[in-house]
Amino acid sequence: MSLEVVVAAALFAGVLFYAVLGGADFGSGFYDLTAGGSRSGARIRRQVDHSIGPVWEANHVWLIYVLVVWWTAFPSAYEPVMRTLIVPLFLAVGGIVLRGSAFAFRKYAESLALARFFGVVFAVSSVITPFFLGAVAGAIASGRVPAEGRGDLWASWLNPTSVIGGLVAIGTCAFLAGVFLVADATRGPDADLAASLRRRVLAVGIGTGAIVLAGLIPLHDDAPTLWYGLTHRALPLVIASAVLGAATLVLLWVRRPGIARFTAVGAVAAVVSGWGMGQYPWFLVDEITITDAAGATATLEALLVAVGLAAALVGPSLGYLLHTAQKWSAEDAH
Amino acid sequence: MPLLDTVVGSLDVHASLTALTSLTADASSTADPAGLLPARQQMALSLGWHIILACFGVAFPTIILAMHWRGVYREDADAMRLARRWSKVSAVLFAIGAVSGTVLSFEMGLLWPGLMGTFGDVLGLPFAFEGLAFFLEAIFIGLYLYGWDRMKPKVHLLMLVPMAITGVVGTFCVLAVNAWMNEPTGFDIVDGEVTNIQPWAAFFNDRVWLQFGHMWVATFMVAGFCIAAVYAVGMLKGRRDRHHRLGFIVPFVFASVAAISQPVVGHFLGAELAEIQPSKLAAMELATTSESPSPMTLGGYVNSDGEKVGAIEIPYLGSIIAMESLSEPVPSLDEFAEEDLPPVNLTHWSFQIMIGLGMLLMGLALIFWFARWRKWDLLDADRATSRWFLRIMAFSGIAAIAAMETGWITTEVGRQPWIVYGVMRTPEAAGDNSGLWWLYWITVVVYTLMTIGAIVVLRSMAKRWRRGDESLPSPYGPELETGSATDAAQEPAR
Ligand code: HDD
Ligand code: HEM
Ligand code: HEM
Repeated sequence: MSLEVVVAAALFAGVLFYAVLGGADFGSGFYDLTAGGSRSGARIRRQVDHSIGPVWEANHVWLIYVLVVWWTAFPSAYEPVMRTLIVPLFLAVGGIVLRGSAFAFRKYAESLALARFFGVVFAVSSVITPFFLGAVAGAIASGRVPAEGRGDLWASWLNPTSVIGGLVAIGTCAFLAGVFLVADATRGPDADLAASLRRRVLAVGIGTGAIVLAGLIPLHDDAPTLWYGLTHRALPLVIASAVLGAATLVLLWVRRPGIARFTAVGAVAAVVSGWGMGQYPWFLVDEITITDAAGATATLEALLVAVGLAAALVGPSLGYLLHTAQKWSAEDAH
Repeated sequence: MPLLDTVVGSLDVHASLTALTSLTADASSTADPAGLLPARQQMALSLGWHIILACFGVAFPTIILAMHWRGVYREDADAMRLARRWSKVSAVLFAIGAVSGTVLSFEMGLLWPGLMGTFGDVLGLPFAFEGLAFFLEAIFIGLYLYGWDRMKPKVHLLMLVPMAITGVVGTFCVLAVNAWMNEPTGFDIVDGEVTNIQPWAAFFNDRVWLQFGHMWVATFMVAGFCIAAVYAVGMLKGRRDRHHRLGFIVPFVFASVAAISQPVVGHFLGAELAEIQPSKLAAMELATTSESPSPMTLGGYVNSDGEKVGAIEIPYLGSIIAMESLSEPVPSLDEFAEEDLPPVNLTHWSFQIMIGLGMLLMGLALIFWFARWRKWDLLDADRATSRWFLRIMAFSGIAAIAAMETGWITTEVGRQPWIVYGVMRTPEAAGDNSGLWWLYWITVVVYTLMTIGAIVVLRSMAKRWRRGDESLPSPYGPELETGSATDAAQEPAR
């Protein structure tokens, strides 16, 4: 593999981690939003609070990792995206701001009314934000970001592929989060909570699976390059995602949410890598390849030092955080 | 609540800051891309906002560490309670610090595509390391905030150490970027193309060390004075217990050391400017013409004819301080072409405000420690002199924030018209997008709401603490768990 491709793989690994870990955080907003009134929904909301509280800030840094590696390693593919897709990106960052601050504010809100207000802001922005990020991916994957000049401000991200990308993002986030929440709740004392979450997650999973499959059809005409990749090189990943997704549903159905967490992560990872593999070797589909987009060699090498350090330092610490958070959750359940 | 007033105060600073920048940019806007002006405003607003939270992100963990350490190793219950409360305050501040930082990393690309497209691979490396530092910081924030009552106290305490270190590393990295913009190195330009890129040279450029030093000290001034101010107000309102004294003195020690060293660091920072950014120095000093020896100019402004009006001049001092010489003239504005000059008055005034406030805060620290040495208790709010001291202290947080903001305005506005000094002009980096005004106004609204939200929440926390609610139960949790005296037990994690 060439240096450029190694760095691109490191960048894409960040995308994957963000999709899985950040996605589970975003998706929890869906259950928060649909939990019901402030009394009946209190248990789900508290579960959400407990589940993402210690980890959301760390999960969120993946996005920053992706941005900085992108502009450092592939500056000429970064600038066009920023020019063309300014609207969805700005909306996404707005959503991130609202959800992060509202989540922190809700926790320490004094009155129920205030907590409810911050809760709605948190939940709505959590649900919506992945749409814009998915739409950005769809715009890139369907070749709507020109290397020179600027693509259409609106049509570049309001088109079949982008809309599908956005909906798939919302669905997969909600699905992932749901599986994790069910697993957490099942270990807790509250069987009703676990049961009601499980029903919701099954519905979300079926809906998401339907969107992913139905969404493939328009790609044939709207994003031919991606379609070709998905039906050739990336076909095993597409199949894997379908199988793992179905397995997750089955595992939930037979009440094995602990194992379902792994298949759910696998399914989402397969969908996201399918997209990456499907558009390889393009960075911006039909416009710039990974090799053409890469910046100076010295910078790519230096960046690998940073990535290596990150793997050595962040890897164990993040593992420790996730592990500890799980342990606390188990202790508190007893 | 001065901490809260401080936040409000900073909003005002920003209103005037943006008003000022819009005035200054008008003159040259005829041929500029439509995205330039809104992008500048947006950058100033979001950076100026983030930097206040960033100061807490850098300095607060260290200050909490000192307090928490005392609580654990000296078994001091007051210190323990303060550390626990501060960690809750920091949870709110860190959250909005992190999201506002994310806004910035988007904006670097969204607003300045020309900069990131051309120089992304030159200046990107420090950003990558910054991301690494923030990653570790966010991880240990999670562990510390949720580790209360769940980890062994002595281990829990140590979670603050990586937070304190990574905050400093992150600051160094962003300042490396800013210092590089001020004194670009690590690349060559051949036929208009950027080549021969040396990312490490760009990262560890000559300017970053002092700029970082000055900013790092500033974070301790901002956080230290803001926190001390909260307890100064409490003492003025008649709360004279040990809790308040301790809450005052620990951050005040940090703030004092910082306030006394800051002018020294600042002096060395300024001393390099004659060499690397003479036009900035000329604007800061309001030196219209070359004079030997140059005076120091206090106040005053340059009118539309380019004449200096209304200034007080102190002979010799300009040369002595800026050039470290008795005769060497300070660089002057008439040595530069009109289109190469920054907005002079804004640069001059913000520089002078920073210096003025810096001297004031240093004086405040010196007075306190002098008095303490002479055994006068300036925290005894029954005495009139002490009350005066505490009243001034109540505003010290706002003053430190204002000094830091004006310092940044000096640096950033004084760098104009260059985004990369001497290499790329700011208009070349901007996108052509008049729609940015919309985004700007949306940002104003969102940031205003976020400021209000933070104030409301922090205020209500303080109110409940005064009432004796140590645990701050979340209104979403009807007390299912029983017997938990602390809220940590009510916040099980994933
Ligand atoms: C609490 C904050 C604070 C205080 C009290 C001071 N400064 Fe400052 N100053 C800053 C906070 C700051 C800053 C915001 O942190 C800046 C902006 C960029 C930087 O690196 O530091 C800055 C910039 C800055 C610059 C411009 C550097 C450049 O443009 O490259 C100079 C020359 C000084 N300072 C000098 C001083 C002096 C002589 C002070 C003596 C009283 C002083 N500062 C007090
Ligand atoms: C270390 C971090 C910082 C970086 C990398 C940075 C970078 C930038 C960039 C890229 C611009 C736009 C280009 C330009 O106008 O030249 C800018 C402008 C500006 N920044 Fe900073 N900045 C930093 C810190 C700050 C802080 C903390 C403030 C606080 C007030 C600030 C205030 C401003 C202002 C007022 C402008 C507009 C200047 C003008 O157009 O007149 N900056 N900065
Ligand atoms: C002098 C200027 C700056 C300083 C001292 C500074 C410092 C910090 C600190 C300490 C944090 C951690 C926030 C917290 O936990 O409270 C933070 C967050 C962040 N900052 Fe800044 N920052 C500066 C400017 C910038 C600039 C110019 C950018 C981007 C272009 C930026 C991007 C970020 C990002 C992305 C985060 C979020 C990290 C997370 O999610 O934890 N910062 N900053």
